[in-house]
Amino acid sequence: MTAETMQGYNYAYLDEQTKAMIRRAILKAVAIPGHQVPFGSREMPLPYGWGTGGIQITASIIGPLDVLKVIDQGSDDTTNAVSIRSFFARTAGVKTTTATEEATVIQTRHRIPEAPLTDGQIIVYQVPIPEPLRFMEPSESETRTMHALEEYGVMHVKLYEDIAEHGRIAKSYDYPVRVQSRYVMAPSPIPKFDNPKMHDSPALQLFGAGREKRIYAIPPHTRVESLDFEDHPFEIQKWDEACAICGARDSFLDEILTDDRGGRMFVCSDSDHCARRVREDC
Amino acid sequence: MDQELLRVSGLTRYYGSRVGCRDVSFSLWPGEVLAIVGESGSGKSTLLSLLSGRLAPTAGDVSYRDRDGRWLSLPNLSEADRRRLQRTDLGVVHQNPRDGLRMRVSAGGNIGERLMALGHRHYGRLRGTGLDWMERVELDPQRIDDHPSAFSGGMQQRLQIARNLVTEPRLVFMDEPTSGLDVSVQARLLDLLRHLVASLGLAVVLVTHDLAVARILAHRMMVMRGGEVVETGLADQVLDDPCHPYTQLLVSSILQA
Repeated sequence: MTAETMQGYNYAYLDEQTKAMIRRAILKAVAIPGHQVPFGSREMPLPYGWGTGGIQITASIIGPLDVLKVIDQGSDDTTNAVSIRSFFARTAGVKTTTATEEATVIQTRHRIPEAPLTDGQIIVYQVPIPEPLRFMEPSESETRTMHALEEYGVMHVKLYEDIAEHGRIAKSYDYPVRVQSRYVMAPSPIPKFDNPKMHDSPALQLFGAGREKRIYAIPPHTRVESLDFEDHPFEIQKWDEACAICGARDSFLDEILTDDRGGRMFVCSDSDHCARRVREDC
Repeated sequence: MDQELLRVSGLTRYYGSRVGCRDVSFSLWPGEVLAIVGESGSGKSTLLSLLSGRLAPTAGDVSYRDRDGRWLSLPNLSEADRRRLQRTDLGVVHQNPRDGLRMRVSAGGNIGERLMALGHRHYGRLRGTGLDWMERVELDPQRIDDHPSAFSGGMQQRLQIARNLVTEPRLVFMDEPTSGLDVSVQARLLDLLRHLVASLGLAVVLVTHDLAVARILAHRMMVMRGGEVVETGLADQVLDDPCHPYTQLLVSSILQA
């Protein structure tokens, strides 16, 4: 621990019993890939929707030797990312980084980094709505039964509606997946561009929903398939433009308005990836 | 060959100490339409819920013979098997179409749901089936993308029927399918039902308080009162020559046109 570590709080903010409880939920989640495990979510010193689920998972698994990276919409320097990073720097005294390959724990909101994750890394997703069946079925007891009995027909009803209305599957984020051919899972609001990265990833993927009190997981090297139709296969987003800063053509681009006369530019959403490409080119 | 489709024996359901229905036994054959009539509170809907596996009986059994000729006891089936059966071989048409339809899903999505639940994954074919069924229940195929909330009551009821029949079930339960519709719409719906039942060889258990509906659709009738069956027989026989005093009262209370 560093000298700046806060006094008067337990290591990584949560008390040890809470962390043990959350770790038990995580173990169960890893044992049943894609299954939502209820846990006793605690009040955290930030509002629901700001990552209370992810932050509790990170607090429960982070050790003094870990190196933490936090991203929000792919960026290391947005408010949410900066706050959570400094929260753990102060309560756990861990080293933080913005470099994907240096991190052992990556907490994320809305993106998976462009740099491939590696063996031994853990990525923690912040999840607002963990139940993929929720928009079709409001009853919790019914959705649990549907998961238990693998009744997932309604997921395709939703995709059918998309095609009927828009001529294609218009869902572009939180795109539902089937984990290890068993559970249908909401991958949190990452763009569907990132869905293929979840498949067979060497990293451990943990998902935490603080308000909804659910934890779920994808263990390393697990099959993750995006739902689709035979005649409307799953596709990821593509751009005609390249990143205006680094020139990348294979990364997820954000559209940024630069003035009020229609000026716009496309740049990488993953700020670490973009900065590295600029550094290495020059 | 022509074996029963459904065997019901001693079916009883209590709500606490109150009787829902008591000691009901009958058999149903493929292609047969059985009407259960009686005034409200007589146990018709309880019986229908028991028969379709949506309610567990206090005593007795409902057995269904599946396509492979095996007898399945609905109350003893695992929840998974029972729900699978309910999505494939059985259908339920609710009195209120809102109970049987997904109101926020288009007509085509409603029709395709049971097929998607069975693993159909080809949008074009699902769409084709949807259009075909819209036509078969006399709905305008051009409205396949409209939500049921934009449909009239009669159209919603047709859509509910299409949504059930798309998996070609062998047995359909209908709970007052025509009540709440005005008389001319009722007549057309009855016409459609009669045609579908005959052309698909469906067996139907129909609950109604409307003896006229029972006369048009049913081959056989069961009269209920206070949770018990008081009279059974061929529909025409029961209506023309009622034996039980209660049935006589029911029949004589029909307004003569």
